Amino acid sequence: MLNCKQTSLLVSQSLDRPLTWRERLAVRIHLLICVYCRRFTQQLKLIRRHMYAWQQQAAESQDIELPLAAKERIAQQLDKFY
Amino acid sequence: MATNPHDWLNEHGDYLYRFALARLRDPHQAEDVVQETLLAAIKNPNFAEQSSPRTWLTGILKHKIIDCMRKQIRETPVTELLSEEDANMDEFFDDTGHWAEKPQAWGIPHDALQQKQFLKVLQQCMERLPQKLAAIFTMRDVDDMDNEEICKELEITTTNAWVMLYRARMGLRKCLEIHW
Repeated sequence: MLNCKQTSLLVSQSLDRPLTWRERLAVRIHLLICVYCRRFTQQLKLIRRHMYAWQQQAAESQDIELPLAAKERIAQQLDKFY
Repeated sequence: MATNPHDWLNEHGDYLYRFALARLRDPHQAEDVVQETLLAAIKNPNFAEQSSPRTWLTGILKHKIIDCMRKQIRETPVTELLSEEDANMDEFFDDTGHWAEKPQAWGIPHDALQQKQFLKVLQQCMERLPQKLAAIFTMRDVDDMDNEEICKELEITTTNAWVMLYRARMGLRKCLEIHW
C-alpha cells in the first residue's frame, strides 16, 4: 500500500513519464481512498493547464521594460556586427 | 517587416527581456541572453516566412536561456542536485508519509477575473521557486519538452529531473494553497 508521500511522487512522475501498470494500479487504489491525494492530483493538473498563460502574461505585461542602459549596451554590440 | 537588428531590439526587446526575466529572474542574465539572441539572429537572418519575427526571436531566446541554465547547473556541486534519496520532503510529509498539511479544496478559476487573479498568484509563486527548479519546470510544463530532451539539454540524470520537477510542483502547489 502506498502512502501519501510515495503517491505524490508517482502522481508528479505520471506527468513526466508513463507509469508502469503496477504503479498506475497502486496510485489508483490510493486515490480511491485518499481525498487529499485526489485534490493534489487535480491541483497539479490545474497548475499545468495555466503554465502557458503564465509565460504569456509574464512576457506581455507592461510593468517591466528592458532598462534603457541595457538597451544601449545591446545596441552597441549590434553595431559591431551589423 | 523589420529586418534591421535595431528594429528587432526596439520592437521586441522589452518582450524578449520580460520573457527571459520570468525564466531566469536575474536582470543581468536576462540582458545577456537577449543580446545573444539578437546577435545570433544577425548571423542567421533567414527566418521562416510563416513565422513572425517575434516568434522566431523567441525560439532563439529559449535556446539561449537553456544554454545559460546548463552553464549554471554545470557549476552546481553534484551534492546540490537532487536525487531521490536526498529530496528532503520533511516540510511536506510527516514520518509516516502522511501529509503534514493536508491539501485543501481549491476554488477552480472560472471567469476571466478569477483566471487573472489565479495567474497573478501563480506568477508570485513562480518567483519564489528556486531558479533551477523554476527553469526545469518551465521547460517541462510550458515548453512541453520531454524528460529525455530536458536531461540532454541540462546534462542531468533522469532521476535528478523527476525529483526536481516533483519539488517544483510541491513548492508551487503549497504556495498557491496559501495565497490562492
